[in-house]
Amino acid sequence: MSYIYYPGCSLKSTGRAYEESLLTVFDALDVPLKELEDWNCCGATAYMSISELKAFALSARNFALAERQNGEEDYAEMVVPCAACYLGLNKAHRYLAEHPELRETIDRALEAGGLKYNDRVHVRHPLDVLINDLAPDKIKALVKRPLEGLKVACYYGCQLVRPYADFDDQHDPQTMDKIVKMLGGEVVDWPLKTRCCGGSLTGIVQDVGLRLSYILLAEARKRGCDLIVTACPLCQFNLECYQSRISGIYGHKINIPVIYFTQLMGHAFGLSDEKLGLKRVFVSPSRAFSKAEGGQHVHG
Amino acid sequence: MNKWQGWRKIRYESDLDPHFVDEIASIPGGETLYSCIQCGTCSGMCPISPYMDYTPRQIIAMIRAGFRGEVLSSYTTWLCASCYSCTVECPKDIKLTDIMYATKRLAIRGKVYPKRFPTPVLAGEFFKAVEKYGRSTESWLLVNLFMKTNPFKVFRQMGLGLRLFSQGRLSLKRESIKRRGELKSILKVLEKEHMVKSKDELVSAGKEVA
Amino acid sequence: MSTANTPSPNGKPKIGVYVCHCGINIAGRVDVQATVEFAKTLPNVTVATEYKFMCSDPGQEMIQKDLKDGLVDRVVVASCSPLMHEATFRRAMMAADANPFLFQMANIREHVSWVTLDKDAATEKAKALIAAAVKRIVLHRPLEKTRVPVNSDALVVGGGIAGIHAALTLADAGRKVYLVEREPTIGGHMAKFDKTFPTLDCSACILTPKMSAVRAHPNITLWTYSEVAEVEGFVGNFQVKVKRKPRYIKEDLCVGCYECVEACVFKKGIVKDEFNVGLSKRRPIYIPFPQATPLVAVIDPETCVQIKRNKCKKPCVDACERDAIDFDQKEEIKEIDVGAIILATGFKTFDAGRISRYGYGKYPNIFTSLEVERMVNAAGPTTGEVLLKNGEKPKAVGIVHCVGSRDCKTNAYCSRVCCMYSLKLAHLIKERTGAEVYNFYIDMRTPGKGYEEFYEKLLKENVHFIRGRVAEISDWATIPEEEGKLVIRAEDTLVGAVRRIPVDMVVLSVGMEPHEDVDEVRRVFNVSCSHEGWFLERHPKLAPVSTFTDGVFLAGACQGPKDIPDCVAQAGAAAAEALVLIDRGYVELEPNTAYVQEEFCSGCKICLGLCPYGAISFNDEKNISSVNGALCKGCGTCVAACPSGALQQNLFTDEQILQEIEGVISYV
Repeated sequence: MSYIYYPGCSLKSTGRAYEESLLTVFDALDVPLKELEDWNCCGATAYMSISELKAFALSARNFALAERQNGEEDYAEMVVPCAACYLGLNKAHRYLAEHPELRETIDRALEAGGLKYNDRVHVRHPLDVLINDLAPDKIKALVKRPLEGLKVACYYGCQLVRPYADFDDQHDPQTMDKIVKMLGGEVVDWPLKTRCCGGSLTGIVQDVGLRLSYILLAEARKRGCDLIVTACPLCQFNLECYQSRISGIYGHKINIPVIYFTQLMGHAFGLSDEKLGLKRVFVSPSRAFSKAEGGQHVHG
Repeated sequence: MNKWQGWRKIRYESDLDPHFVDEIASIPGGETLYSCIQCGTCSGMCPISPYMDYTPRQIIAMIRAGFRGEVLSSYTTWLCASCYSCTVECPKDIKLTDIMYATKRLAIRGKVYPKRFPTPVLAGEFFKAVEKYGRSTESWLLVNLFMKTNPFKVFRQMGLGLRLFSQGRLSLKRESIKRRGELKSILKVLEKEHMVKSKDELVSAGKEVA
Repeated sequence: MSTANTPSPNGKPKIGVYVCHCGINIAGRVDVQATVEFAKTLPNVTVATEYKFMCSDPGQEMIQKDLKDGLVDRVVVASCSPLMHEATFRRAMMAADANPFLFQMANIREHVSWVTLDKDAATEKAKALIAAAVKRIVLHRPLEKTRVPVNSDALVVGGGIAGIHAALTLADAGRKVYLVEREPTIGGHMAKFDKTFPTLDCSACILTPKMSAVRAHPNITLWTYSEVAEVEGFVGNFQVKVKRKPRYIKEDLCVGCYECVEACVFKKGIVKDEFNVGLSKRRPIYIPFPQATPLVAVIDPETCVQIKRNKCKKPCVDACERDAIDFDQKEEIKEIDVGAIILATGFKTFDAGRISRYGYGKYPNIFTSLEVERMVNAAGPTTGEVLLKNGEKPKAVGIVHCVGSRDCKTNAYCSRVCCMYSLKLAHLIKERTGAEVYNFYIDMRTPGKGYEEFYEKLLKENVHFIRGRVAEISDWATIPEEEGKLVIRAEDTLVGAVRRIPVDMVVLSVGMEPHEDVDEVRRVFNVSCSHEGWFLERHPKLAPVSTFTDGVFLAGACQGPKDIPDCVAQAGAAAAEALVLIDRGYVELEPNTAYVQEEFCSGCKICLGLCPYGAISFNDEKNISSVNGALCKGCGTCVAACPSGALQQNLFTDEQILQEIEGVISYV
């Protein structure tokens, strides 16, 4: 099966490491990913706040383009790593299928741009693909640097499991946990794995947003985690980039690496830091990695 | 609030808009709004409700009662982070997050949103960028946001911004799609249409209104 | 029954058509006058008229007068559904000495005025249906109802408070009752409680005398550890097979001395004790609780070493002075004949593990209300103390209302008893521990007698009431006071603030649900269930204890969530309705039975295997089938299957049906 890769705006910018590690890891696993040609922004929360019809139209254009790129094959499998894009596209996919009046409006709009959407798209998250599409031992087979002794907190955030729980349990998701275990790491169970990090509020309404991220960081630290892995570029940004500010406000020194699960996978596969975007971090995971290797982590 | 302001908080029926609830309920899946029993699960789940001027439950009660002005000018809708915790746990299957989006849209249409609050400003900047270029460029988005809400913040964020630049996580290069005209034609069709139906639209569609 | 008025002696039927307004129910949509005018044009119609309420006395008298005056000898009433008033009009005809089966209803209410929006369309449809009825009734023949005697014994299924009360009522009336209970003891859920609301009566004190009365009553045959396997027959004449599971103890010898239980090779419990809702463990040989009725031990074949592996020294056998243990005991099938059956199979509690954000099963000190009932019970696993898993008393307890109820994702209905028992548990917990008690509720539902006063009592007892459905319960702390506690997060909607309350213990007030196997059970008794799974009553307002299956009645929570007084009231009502059946002594069977036209029967025997009621037998001599009218229920299966058309059904002969179709088509 071949997949069409939809990056979304964040993965070309603050979430660049996510794209790098995703492409590297999928390449190592022999899963072909081709970027969607001329993809447009999914609209995130902003478009829904101003014009919901335009938001659906943005997603619909992406669907039409994916179908076109996919050619005559069955369904275009769109792999969407960014959680916000994943939710936006998934929501549009469902609404267009379930509400004929809405669909008629969007079809009209697409026609004006010379495009057509034929319901032959599946919206997938990389975690879904890794757990459900790959042969069970494919990931384990590539592990060269097992993460023995590394305590990892898997943070899913909101948009992967709410409101649609297509590939994982809504209250206690396990896909990332499974991957960490396959890599040899120790998963720390914590009740905040799906609690909101603050989303866009963390940056722009900091009185409110920072506290939400702080709660997550403090609890992870309290439970003895060496590392937090996440699947959303905004969660990664919020949890990682404000740690010094948070430490200042709450008088609680927090210094915990937050990386993408794809970066963790790549590291366990023995791939180079460069290829995984592991230089683009605010809090380096080297110390955590060294712990796993029982010695000094050598920057590869 | 240390000084008593002498405000009088009584509401007469003429202050309220009895059709407000029907408008909000006209979004797809919105009819469950009428079933609200005011249990408070939404506010209890919401991680941001302690900061809101009206909790999600109160917003639903106010929508049902017709407190249009208060709901559309509240900070609550702009503090909602769309985490969907409320929607998932609501025992009456009320699509709270979608209702929050609907109130955001009505607030913008009616120009009654809190003007220099970061969230609606961010949404507006994001919207303009994608309308024009088809993609958003995070660097310019943030600059525009701070310039419009609190220019002094630009200086505070400078350190963070520079660090991101140095790591290759921020660039001033404008992201854009190639076929901008194609997107423009698509979006133009939807310029005047809305999913939230006004009272007149509902009546002419034969729907029962309050 | 007299049929002095023999119909149409000269072959010309005189049909009376009576169209009902039913207030505005029919007249609001159908132009009644037009249908009457139309009816007058139909062949054989001698009288056509209309009235506001045909089912009322004046309405019925209209028909009776025309019958007595010889103006009509067949009656068509165009009104509501036969289910509503066919019996009424048939009785009216009988009172006028006319045969009640020369009667046909045209349903122009449920089939026309209540489902057609357009007035013209409704009137046309009504006319078509009247034409159909008129054409059909020409072919009706006078028929007689058969009377079948009713067996005076009764069966009560389920030995909770409802079943116990129903059985005692029937037995006191002098009837023989079989009380069949699936568990080793009767008592049901009520036996597990400590106190009952609102009086705080000791549950065992009010229940055990009734249990004892059941045991002692000469008219009651008590079969516990038994299930109804099969029910055949019909109202007044049920043949029931009861499966008696082997206890491996001879019931008539055992005196419940507990010696065998003490002697068991397992000195500590090894399997979850069902009576204590899993809070303690029991041995393979056990007595459910000290007041169990019958007070007889039971051996669980799944865990007993002797039964599973034949490898035990059997100290229980040695210990028993009455030689009551019998490892060779087998399952027994008892066959009984009864006239009436009362279902009182009760309920089960909602599985709190289905709501993951409440943490049941995840955190140790989160209990369901039923578990707490066992804790506060003096004979329970903690001898009446409310204790955390570490043996200490809690200092703060949260009681969460509406767990599993009023929620479209689990059960949409309200379980009716939880607010009251949550108040009761709040009182008991406060009394036993002195802890801070918090009740989290959406609405306080206290409608019964003395219930609101009970709420008032709790309000004065310093229990905290927070109106807000609990959002989540977890162990992550944001302030030092929350460390090591379970934190309940909810919006206090009355005060208007989100609150985090740290507690040591949480009680989840779980709702009531039908038993898991209710679908299988209902098939045995041929009753229906509502979509939630409660047994379906015949009418929610006016017939709450009878079902659509004549002779089968309902009592207690199996019909819907209710408290003990309502269970007892319903049980009494069910017993009374069963007594109506039994005391009358007979049932009249509808004559809509099948019959064989002998000259057309070729002896193919296709019908024999088809009859679900075993009503058809084969006469080898004459080589034809014949139908037993008393067993036949008029389902029509054999009639439809008969290749030669030899089998016909009274009231639904082929000609009658075809004429009805003719009536509709020729009009339309």
